[in-house]
Amino acid sequence: MNDADVKTLEIDGHQISARRGQTILEVARENNIDIPTLCHLDGLSEVGACRLCLVEIKGSNKLQPACVTAVFESMSVITDSDRLNRHRRTILELLFAERNHICSVCVANGHCELQTLAQQQGVTHIRFPYRYPELPVDASHERFTADHNRCILCTRCVRVCAEVEGAHVWDVSGRGINSLVITDLNQDWGSSSCTRCGKCVQVCPTGALFDKSKIGSGHPKYPDFLVNLNLMREAR
Amino acid sequence: MSKLKLATAWLDGCSGCHMSFLDMDERLLALAELVDVVYSPIVDAKQFPDDVDIALVEGAVASVDDEKKIRKIRAHSRTLVAMGDCAVAGNVPSMRNPIGPEAILNRAYIENASAQAQIPCVIVPQLLRKVRPIHEFVKVDVFLPGCPPSADTFHSALTALAAGAELDVSALTRFGA
Repeated sequence: MNDADVKTLEIDGHQISARRGQTILEVARENNIDIPTLCHLDGLSEVGACRLCLVEIKGSNKLQPACVTAVFESMSVITDSDRLNRHRRTILELLFAERNHICSVCVANGHCELQTLAQQQGVTHIRFPYRYPELPVDASHERFTADHNRCILCTRCVRVCAEVEGAHVWDVSGRGINSLVITDLNQDWGSSSCTRCGKCVQVCPTGALFDKSKIGSGHPKYPDFLVNLNLMREAR
Repeated sequence: MSKLKLATAWLDGCSGCHMSFLDMDERLLALAELVDVVYSPIVDAKQFPDDVDIALVEGAVASVDDEKKIRKIRAHSRTLVAMGDCAVAGNVPSMRNPIGPEAILNRAYIENASAQAQIPCVIVPQLLRKVRPIHEFVKVDVFLPGCPPSADTFHSALTALAAGAELDVSALTRFGA
């Protein structure tokens, strides 16, 4: 390894070395420093959509998303501060206010990354007025349901379908607050070109995509399969 | 030391939070050494008292009557606790918000009625356009999410509140707990 391929940096006061091209998030997690994320998932490309992983970098006033910011020599990163926690709580509260997240009757209750993060970040109520939008529930698929009330637009489903399954059935329609994940050219999931693999359901962090057979029985998700699948494919 | 005055109230909720409160079982006896229950669906007081120390409110604000009650409770309580997901976040009652009260009333009293289809309009309070959590109407001091918050959560929270101690709500409960 060339000397320039090794970067030394500081995260939360710890002296750390990293490989060139690694992101702050990768390096932090390798060193057991937790940075909260929602749109990031090991095994998928990064989109930097949720902004939960924002970190402070010494010498810059701008907060940077750790998942898409590469390390550089002598950088000094702070992952945990009042300012960052204030922003993270605000982001989570806005996600709750944006759509209809009714945890008590959600299929993902107890297995939801949004719910868990809210508790970890100390969110006990939502300071913003709820929007209560009227959103569709697509139950046309024989095995799965898409409940847009619970969707946070992380696009994990879009990425896993395009990048890992290679089908690219999911995509995003509309812009801003009117965005919706859609199947094919906005036709019912049941009549789309879906391969019925179920990867999107497993990577969905909330109850937006779920397996019909799991209704009422708790619905744990197993996104860890992605890392193993990618390893197996590389080995082949 | 005189006992603290505790009130509990029931707006648009299912009474599950009150049931969970009662699930404190024998711990209620110890709690009764610290507080007097001066107003509650489970005691026979008709008027909300003037000077309540701790008010636990279950349920979201869904009708003009709920709104009147929550304003009165706030005005006469030192510490107002939003008890459970309906009070904290709207929860199940708020699921009617995207479709509106007319659609709900029609479905319940007209479409599904087998006889005398009519929407009740006397005695019952008028529904608000949107069901909302209580902190969108009045200042709330403590939020206890959960559907319902567990008896342990109630016990820890009330013990801390009665003693004036620090309370880490997120260590006890969460939305949907």
